[in-house]
Amino acid sequence: MCNVCGCGTGETRLEGEALDHEHEHEHVHADGTVHRHTHHHTDEHAHSHAPYQWVPAGAHGHTHRHADGSVHAHDHVHEGEHIHEHGDDSVHYGQGPAGAHAPGMSQAQMVRIEQNILAKNDGYAERNRGWLADRGILALNLVSSPGSGKTTLLVRTIEELKNQVPVAVVEGDQQTSFDAERIRATGAPALQINTGKGCHLDAHMVGRALEKLSPPEDSVLLVENVGNLVCPAAFDLGEAAKVVVLSVTEGEDKPLKYPDMFAAARLMLVNKIDLLPYLSFDVQKAIDFARRVNPRLEVIQVSATTGAGFADWLGWIDARLDEARAGRQRTVDQLRARIAELEAQLAAKG
Amino acid sequence: MHEMSLAEGIRQIVEDAGRSQGFNKVKTVVLEIGQLSSVEPDSLRFCFDVVMQDSIAAGAVLQIDSVPGSGWCMQCAETVPVAALYDPCPKCGSYQVQATGGTEMRVKELEIE
Ligand SMILES: Nc1nc2c(ncn2[C@@H]2O[C@H](COP(=O)(O)OP(=O)(O)O)[C@@H](O)[C@H]2O)c(=O)[nH]1
Ligand SMILES: [Mg+2]
Ligand SMILES: [Zn+2]
Ligand SMILES: [Zn+2]
Ligand SMILES: [Zn+2]
Ligand SMILES: [Zn+2]
Ligand SMILES: [Zn+2]
Ligand SMILES: [Zn+2]
Ligand SMILES: [Zn+2]
Ligand SMILES: [Zn+2]
Repeated sequence: MCNVCGCGTGETRLEGEALDHEHEHEHVHADGTVHRHTHHHTDEHAHSHAPYQWVPAGAHGHTHRHADGSVHAHDHVHEGEHIHEHGDDSVHYGQGPAGAHAPGMSQAQMVRIEQNILAKNDGYAERNRGWLADRGILALNLVSSPGSGKTTLLVRTIEELKNQVPVAVVEGDQQTSFDAERIRATGAPALQINTGKGCHLDAHMVGRALEKLSPPEDSVLLVENVGNLVCPAAFDLGEAAKVVVLSVTEGEDKPLKYPDMFAAARLMLVNKIDLLPYLSFDVQKAIDFARRVNPRLEVIQVSATTGAGFADWLGWIDARLDEARAGRQRTVDQLRARIAELEAQLAAKG
Repeated sequence: MHEMSLAEGIRQIVEDAGRSQGFNKVKTVVLEIGQLSSVEPDSLRFCFDVVMQDSIAAGAVLQIDSVPGSGWCMQCAETVPVAALYDPCPKCGSYQVQATGGTEMRVKELEIE
């Protein structure tokens, strides 16, 4: 366990069930090249057994052969970070310098890797993003320090939205499931992920949660991340946007102390503005600091307890929903184009 | 930040590379860490040593190559050097600077035996 921020391999639990097992996969490419990697895998996982998956840019189809001989296929994102092993024992990098082969192992002391440390998470995030886009689901990832008002905001947001659009919630918390219970009291489905010692949600956990929750098409998925302004900035979950909540009971300089989160967010909600008369919090100063870090940051001032500012916040969600629907239409168009392309290939071979 | 998770990501990458390329002892792990990525090198070193125990990189040297930060200044319409996400443009003083370089966290290469 890390002494610095306390995160670690921790016991991740999804509604109380342990979430941790992986196995090795062998990937066989159409051209006969083979490569292996491990990834988490269960029967419920979208990426594993679905016969068809959304195809993100740069993805290609993989066939997986299991130890028991069963075979399944899925699409899988390559970012030039994947190491491929060829049948002839030569090795090359996914996008090495023009596909160059590495020198023989006997002389080579240095092995070039050029791989993003969080590449594994990013791969799962892209998969979630595709899964969501495919279904026109708008996913927002709410992040803040503990106590800024995320759960209270979610409860009120669900109350306001639930007659217009279905809302489902993923709740991240290190230990408890109180927040999920608060959400369920509104009637919205909520799934609790307990990260144990882990101080953030990752994309693999959220992928699993998505399958359990299976939110309907054209709905809203709200994710309450673990209360922490550091780690969650680096872990893409596949959301459309991160929404950072800063309450007026915190310091105005928080955006300068935790710049990564404010840089990663699209929207900042300044919460608890009902308390402004009793405090010396300078809202404009906080906004200026946040925009030093992220000049494009959008800002809405709200109170989750009085509902002040909610018209703007709900309007913002509505605009994102329109984007999600437009994105889904693009996916459908791309799929049609892809089908036409494949049919043309088939006809040519036929 | 979450240095422990990063160290675990590094271990995964190193073990995968060893498996696919057939080596089983790593002497040095070379990282590229952007100046704007907010990784604490000291805490990463600490976590690295702990996480790499029992791996093919147990006891390996961790070399961290720092990549300088840069951003796009909307006022100057050019790329300028910045040391932190909240720094102003060094040319015009504006805060309208969007980070463009120095946010990476990558495993660059391995020295193997
Ligand atoms: N006055 C006031 N209190 C709030 C507001 N939003 C949340 N709170 C209170 O702040 C505390 C923490 O809220 P919670 O939603 O649990 O925060 P979370 O940890 O970010 O999920 C609770 O006591 C809430 O009642 C608000 O807009 N105004
Ligand atoms: Mg909460
Ligand atoms: Zn940590
Ligand atoms: Zn796979
Ligand atoms: Zn693969
Ligand atoms: Zn999985
Ligand atoms: Zn499988
Ligand atoms: Zn491949
Ligand atoms: Zn963390
Ligand atoms: Zn400038």
